[in-house]
Amino acid sequence: MAEPIIVIKDLKKHFGHVRAVNGVSLEVQPGEVVVIIGPSGSGKSTLLRCINYLEVPTSGDIWVDGIHLSKKTTNINAVRREVGMVFQQFNLFPHLTALENVTIAQTVVRKRKKDEAIRIAMEQLERVGIPEKANAYPGQLSGGQQQRVAIARALAMNPKIMLFDEPTSALDPEMIKEVLDVMLSLAQEGMTMVVVTHEMGFARNAADRIIFMDNGVIVEDTTPTELFTNPKHERTKMFLSKILH
Amino acid sequence: MTEPVELRADVSTQTKVTDQLAEMPWWFLFIFLTAIYLVYSFYFNQTYQEIFAFLKDGFIVTIRVTLIAYSIAVTIGLLTGLARVSKNPILYNVASVYVQIMRGVPILVTILYVAFVITPMAVEQVNKMGVWLAELGLLGPDNVLALLGSRTAGLSVSFEARAITALAISYGAFSAEIFRAGIESIGRGQMEAARSLGMSYLQSMRYIILPQAVRRVLPPLGNDFIAMLKESSLVSALGVKDITQLGKLYASSSFEYLKTFNIVAFMYLFMTVLLSLGVKFMEKRLRMDG
Repeated sequence: MAEPIIVIKDLKKHFGHVRAVNGVSLEVQPGEVVVIIGPSGSGKSTLLRCINYLEVPTSGDIWVDGIHLSKKTTNINAVRREVGMVFQQFNLFPHLTALENVTIAQTVVRKRKKDEAIRIAMEQLERVGIPEKANAYPGQLSGGQQQRVAIARALAMNPKIMLFDEPTSALDPEMIKEVLDVMLSLAQEGMTMVVVTHEMGFARNAADRIIFMDNGVIVEDTTPTELFTNPKHERTKMFLSKILH
Repeated sequence: MTEPVELRADVSTQTKVTDQLAEMPWWFLFIFLTAIYLVYSFYFNQTYQEIFAFLKDGFIVTIRVTLIAYSIAVTIGLLTGLARVSKNPILYNVASVYVQIMRGVPILVTILYVAFVITPMAVEQVNKMGVWLAELGLLGPDNVLALLGSRTAGLSVSFEARAITALAISYGAFSAEIFRAGIESIGRGQMEAARSLGMSYLQSMRYIILPQAVRRVLPPLGNDFIAMLKESSLVSALGVKDITQLGKLYASSSFEYLKTFNIVAFMYLFMTVLLSLGVKFMEKRLRMDG
């Protein structure tokens, strides 16, 4: 087996007295799709945000693609450009068009020429199915379209890893599918993905591994089939009984 | 059959007309008519014409002082505003001390302080350094050090420049708070999204946060410009020959107080009303753009 692309060792993140992540160790292999589920407040989003250092851990170590993040000399910007992130609230840049949203980091961070950045951006917008909205501003797009532009924006940087932080939670129900379809095809293309979500259908279909978190720790780390048919822990069973109707 | 429909249409246009009437800028009409009356009397009154001719140069000085001081103030404000949202404790605290002092001291006092305390002290130091540089440049008159020395040894600073400096550092603090509020009004997610793409803090500010913040702070910055145009009359305390100072001079030598200060007030009013209409227009456009 290849070297793991993400290694997390005994990660802790405390906010004052709240222990959001309380000792998590985890390895993700290249090409693996890992879905993290759990009740709200279980620390799954915080864990995800630690992977690209949007949250600085209280203690513990993280390696991404062999680079040790906790080391003082590590250039975090160099790591982040290899790790795409998709947010619950999309966080598109409202003063830029969809196309500019996808090109800006390419030109500023990757130092690509403008026409090359535009070419790559259009490829990505086609991939997520909305090339015709290239010149629209985020305010003119539906939630689902905005989230797809956000995915294209991350993909245009050619990341090695994609992180998804509840990408469909802020969407109207009829728009969830268009975003999940994009994520599903991305998973099939072999992208390494870590996904925090409540979409059990996506977890069942796309995940190689599924992790159940509660109270800042990993309770169960197994295959989707195993988790949904034969959960080992009491807490997992309780959680699943509440969300699977 | 058609009559009631027409009737209803009439009613709706009527309410629309009254709404429009209520929305008309009547205050502007009032000022406009006053202006016409004043212009009319300027035209047929010898004294008004004399006063106007006397104050014309002051008009230019007022505009020059305001424009230069304001440009410097906005630059200071942007940098200080960035420092006020910075996580660097030194930058944050230095900027906060500056803002607190400037907001707490009356502008007139700042003007006097800069003119009679800080500038003489600074000039003295520069002069000393000039003498020292001139002495260092022993090798002859062509020496750059000697040349620089002779320039700086004889440095003096005009009162207009001192007044501009004082206005700029006073208003720098106000615009710093405007920029800070503007930057903080942009949601945290914007910075996170930019950083997650690999942009540095400064790149995120430059390309993502500031372009959005600047649009939001344009109207308050415009209002600050109007405020500064009015406050620039304080430079008359240093004898700088702006509208107010020339008005004071003319009135005290001719005893035409009413007519002189009519014109002084009208000159300021003319500029501020035009500018505030400009700010209103800008606000409307920005609101439409979302």
